[in-house]
Amino acid sequence: MKVLLAAPITVPMAAAGLAVIVGRWRSLQRVISLTTLVVVAVTAIVILVRVDSEGTSATQAGGWPAPIGITLVADRFAAMMLVISALMLAAVLVYAIGQSGVDRDHVGFHPVYLLLAAGISAAFLTGDLFNLFVSFEVMLTASYVLLTLGGRRDQVRTGMTYVVISLIASVLFLTAVAFVYASTGTMNLADLASKLDTVPSAIRQALVLLLLVVFGIKAAIFPLFFWLPDSYPTAPTAVTAVFAGLLTKVGVYAIIRTQTLLVEPDERPQELLLIIASATMVIGVLGAIAQNDIKRILSFHIISQIGYMVMGLALFTVAGLAGAILYIVHHIVVKTTLFLTGGLVEHRTGTGHLDRLGGIVRTTPILAVLFLLPALSLAGVPPFSGFVAKLALVDAGFADGNYAVIGVSLLVSLLTLFSMTKIWAGAFWGRPHTSADEQRPVPILMIVPTAALTVLSLAIAIGAGPLLDLSTRAAADLEVRSDYVEAVFGG
Amino acid sequence: MTIALAATAATLFGTGTYLLLQRQLSRIVIGLSLLAHGANLLLLLSAGGRGEPTFVGAADQDSLLDPLPQAFILTAIVITFGASTFLLALAYRSYEFTRDDEVQDDLEDRAIALRVEATEEVDEGEEPDETTASSEQALRT
Repeated sequence: MKVLLAAPITVPMAAAGLAVIVGRWRSLQRVISLTTLVVVAVTAIVILVRVDSEGTSATQAGGWPAPIGITLVADRFAAMMLVISALMLAAVLVYAIGQSGVDRDHVGFHPVYLLLAAGISAAFLTGDLFNLFVSFEVMLTASYVLLTLGGRRDQVRTGMTYVVISLIASVLFLTAVAFVYASTGTMNLADLASKLDTVPSAIRQALVLLLLVVFGIKAAIFPLFFWLPDSYPTAPTAVTAVFAGLLTKVGVYAIIRTQTLLVEPDERPQELLLIIASATMVIGVLGAIAQNDIKRILSFHIISQIGYMVMGLALFTVAGLAGAILYIVHHIVVKTTLFLTGGLVEHRTGTGHLDRLGGIVRTTPILAVLFLLPALSLAGVPPFSGFVAKLALVDAGFADGNYAVIGVSLLVSLLTLFSMTKIWAGAFWGRPHTSADEQRPVPILMIVPTAALTVLSLAIAIGAGPLLDLSTRAAADLEVRSDYVEAVFGG
Repeated sequence: MTIALAATAATLFGTGTYLLLQRQLSRIVIGLSLLAHGANLLLLLSAGGRGEPTFVGAADQDSLLDPLPQAFILTAIVITFGASTFLLALAYRSYEFTRDDEVQDDLEDRAIALRVEATEEVDEGEEPDETTASSEQALRT
C-alpha cells in the first residue's frame, strides 16, 4: 500500500523519460503513454478502495520520518480526485491519438502529457507545502508546453498571458512558503495544522488569505479568473479538455485542503468565501452568455462552476464539503466531455463560431447526443449528474441557513441552461452551412472516449447514492483533521 | 543584516511589481525575475537570522543555520529560471510574428465589444456602422 502511493507520480515520470527515448517511433510512444495512464488509473482505484476501507494512508519519501521527510498522503478526497483525474487523462489521450495534427504528432506531446499527469497526481498526494509548490510547477510547466506546442500566432499570444499569470502566482506561492516557514519552521501540512495554532491570529489569517489568493489564481475564482477564457480556447481540443477538466480543479483541491486543514474552525473566512463563490458563479455565467464561440462559452462556464465548488467549501459543514466534492467529480467528467464534443464539432465543420455553424442535428446526430446529455447535466437538469451534485449543495446550504447563496446558485443554473441553449440553437439547430459530404469525417477514436465519458457522467447520476456517501465520508475526514495528522505521524 | 536583506527584498518586490504593470514583454520578464529574487531573499530570511555553516561537527548543533530554506531556494531558482527561459523563447516567437514587444489584447474580447457597439447603434435608430462590422470581420480572420 505504501509503495502504491508513490506510483501515480513515479510511473508517469519514468514513462515520460522512456517516451522521449523512443521518440522516433510514434506508435510505440502512444502505446507507452496509454499503458502508463491505464496503470495509473488502476493504481488510483486500488488506492481509493484501500483508503476507503482502512482510512487515511501516508508514506515518507526516502524513509525520513515526518516532518523532515517529504510526506505523501492519500485520504478519501485525494484518492477520489486521483481516480477521476487518471480516468480523464486516459480518455483524453485516446481522443488525442484519434485526432491527428501538428500538435499531437509532435515528438514532445506524449512525454509532456505524462509529466502533466505526474504533476497532477503529485499535487493531490503531497502532504508538504513546498512539495505542493513543486507539483504545481511540474504541472504548470507541462501545461505551458502543451498550450504552445503548435507555435501558432494566437497560441503564442495567449500562452504568454497564461505563463506570466502562472509565474506571478508561483512567486506569490513562494512568498507564502517563506512566510509560513518563517513563522512555524515546518512545511509539513500535518505539522502545520498544529503549529499554526501557536502563531498570532493576525499573522495566521494573513498567511491563510495569501494562500487563498495563490490557489485562487490557479482555480480562477473571482476576481482572479480573467486569464482563463483567453488562454484555454486556443490550445488543441485534447489539451483544452484536460486543462478545463483538471487544472483549475487542482487549484480548488488546494484551496479546500489548506482551508480545512490549516485553519481553525472559528477562524475560517466563511463570509469572504461565500461572497467570492456568488460573484464567481454570476460573473462566469454572464461572461458565457456574451460569448459567441463554443470553446469560449465553455471556458466561461468553468469559472461559473468553480463558484459552486467554493460555495460548498464556504458552508464549512460536512454536508457542504461533501456537496463540493461530488460537484468536483461531476464537473471534471462533464466539462471534459463538453470540450471534447466542442472539439468534435470544430473537427467536423472547421469552426467553433456559432455564426458559422448550424444544423449539426441533421448532418451528424451523434454529436448532438454527445453535446445534449452533458450540457443538460451541466445546467443541473434532472436526472443527470449535475442535478444530483447541485441538489447536494443546495441541501447543505438550506441546512446551514445560507439562503442568499442558494438563490444565486439556482439563478445561475437557469442562466447556464440559457447559454447551453444558445450553443444548441446556434450550432445544432437551423440550416447546415455546409452539407454532410463537405464536412470532415470524425475518427472513431475521437467519438469513443467522448461517448465513454458521457456514459460515465450518466453512471455518476445512477450511482449518486453511494457516491454521495463516499463524498460524505471524505468530507468528514476533512472536517476532523486528526485522522490526517495521525496518518502522517503514526505511519 | 536582516534588516538590510528585508529592505532589499521589499525593493525587489516593488520594482518587480512596477515592471509587471508595463506593456512591453521584456520589462515583464525582468519584473518577474526581480519578484522571484525578492521571494528567494525572503526564503533565505525565513531561516531566522545568522548561524554557522551547516556541516556536522563544524560547530555546536544549536548555532547551526537551518539549511532547509537554502534547499528551497535552490529548487525555486531552478524552477523560475526554467520558466523565464520558456517565457523568453515565447517572447522571441511572438516577436517573429508581430515585430513588436507588446502584450497583445484578447482579440475575441475586442470582437465582442465591437459587436455590442454595433447593436447599440442600431438601438439608437442609426444604421449599423459598416466599419465596425468589417473590422470585426477583420479581427476574426
